[in-house]
Amino acid sequence: MSGLVEKSSFGGLRKPLLLPAWLTIGFFLVIPVLTMLVYSFLTKEFRGGVLWEFSLAAYDQFFFDRGLFGDEPPKIEWTYINIFWRSIVQAAVATLICLVIGFPTAYFIATRSPQTRNIWLFLITVPYWVNLLIRTVSMKFLIRDTGPLNHWLMQAGIIDSPIHMINTNFAVQLGLFYSYLPFMVLPIYASVERYNFSLSEASADLYAGRWTTLRRIVLPSVKPGIIAGCILVFVPSLGAFLAPDLLGGAKTFMIGTLIEEQFKGAAGNWPFGAAASMLLLSLVMVVLLFYASSQSKQALHH
Amino acid sequence: MKTKALDQIKRYPGFFPMAVLCLFLLYTPLVIVMIYSFNDSPSITLWGGFSLRWYEDVFFGLEAAKLRKAAWNSVSIAAMAAICATTIATAAAVGMVRSGAWRGKTASFALLNLPIMVPEIVTAVATLIFFSMIGFKAGYATILIAHVVFCIPFAYLPIAARLEGIDSNYEQAALDLYATRWQAFKRVLLPLLAPGIISGFLLAFIISLDDFIITNFVKGAGVETLPTAIYGAIRQGIKPNIMAISTLMLLVSILFVTVSYFVGRNGEKKHEG
Repeated sequence: MSGLVEKSSFGGLRKPLLLPAWLTIGFFLVIPVLTMLVYSFLTKEFRGGVLWEFSLAAYDQFFFDRGLFGDEPPKIEWTYINIFWRSIVQAAVATLICLVIGFPTAYFIATRSPQTRNIWLFLITVPYWVNLLIRTVSMKFLIRDTGPLNHWLMQAGIIDSPIHMINTNFAVQLGLFYSYLPFMVLPIYASVERYNFSLSEASADLYAGRWTTLRRIVLPSVKPGIIAGCILVFVPSLGAFLAPDLLGGAKTFMIGTLIEEQFKGAAGNWPFGAAASMLLLSLVMVVLLFYASSQSKQALHH
Repeated sequence: MKTKALDQIKRYPGFFPMAVLCLFLLYTPLVIVMIYSFNDSPSITLWGGFSLRWYEDVFFGLEAAKLRKAAWNSVSIAAMAAICATTIATAAAVGMVRSGAWRGKTASFALLNLPIMVPEIVTAVATLIFFSMIGFKAGYATILIAHVVFCIPFAYLPIAARLEGIDSNYEQAALDLYATRWQAFKRVLLPLLAPGIISGFLLAFIISLDDFIITNFVKGAGVETLPTAIYGAIRQGIKPNIMAISTLMLLVSILFVTVSYFVGRNGEKKHEG
């Protein structure tokens, strides 16, 4: 009873308080996304923009190949599907690298004393606040063929000729990993911090080895944090632009670079760009809904 | 004795090196760029001795005027966007956290956080299309509006988190003593909420300063912010002056995080005490 009353001291002003936020986001984000949906069904105007005529051409171009003059029987067009698939794989690999490095880090931090913990957390979050463009450029600078990394490796006699890293899938994965690593560490850290270590103790008392305890007791308990971290890395990686653009090349095209090219680049096909954006948005929404449903299932279990 | 045993159980060999590796990977590229920004040699690979010439180039060189304009655009947009977003988010946080339970609260929460959930490139495309459809000329104003929108959730989250932690008996007591709602907010809630508001503001400011993708889409020809100017410059290759700008921006970011970190910590301490 008191819980309800005490938390609604501004209940009467709910609407005026929330209205500015609702209107701003509604007018400048929800309506634009709906406009984008409409644009994806319009006819393209050369050199950007659209003609207001209904057309399925954008989606048709995405999925079907009708030959050079558009009169052949439709075949599946793999170019764009492959770009989407590559983006999913790249984002998944980046997520996996983040998890492999981020989990031990998060666990290690969460088991320190409170003061040490704060310092570690601070150090992990600082790079996130550094401009993403600058971080990506720094990475590019470091791993170039003539960059410092290759220079040192050659001087140290580890390699004879520079390792070619730039413009490869690996470089893009590294860039994505570098962009979003803190997103993996922080939620896992929060989960491990809440984890009750007497469970580990009980497990050890019952003669479970350290790694068995990790696999059977710790990991299931901190699973929500791990899932949250994976979502937070996977989703922005999927639509990333800077990492594939600066660290990758023509062979590492991802969704973000494909979309950008339709508006800023030479392609200039707005309906197609809008359609690709809608498909990316749908993909992300599916991932988020999947996450939300797994969360509510978890809530039911408890 | 027992705590020592627990310590043993908690510890995993190899996790400490992983954590060190993590920091190493995060910092190496930044440190390298910082070091090379002081390189005297115009070649970006060979070390030619310590020098401040690239900093001089940034401030007084051929592109100094352009860069100064871009920096001014970046900072002024970030400041205005952060002020607007923080104001809107503060009102929204009070409206969400202090309004009890009501239908549509989850939907409202989802709407407030929508700018974080929609991929940046999609927001960029949607905003560009929308402004072009209504005939709003792309430029400074379009950048500012877009920034306000995506800064709202970043300002909202720390403010709401802080508000959740404040006992509502404080403002309830004020209301019982015949304070108006506005007085209760201004005199009681606002001072308690201040650290959250400052964190939210700093977060929004940095996020706005950081943005490249959305700005790149909605900026008109001729209007540049620092990230778009840097992006334009590196199309022709990474030059040492870019490293000097990067180092300067890096220092600004670090300064901001440090301030925000200490504000947050002091706020917590005061609140506990």
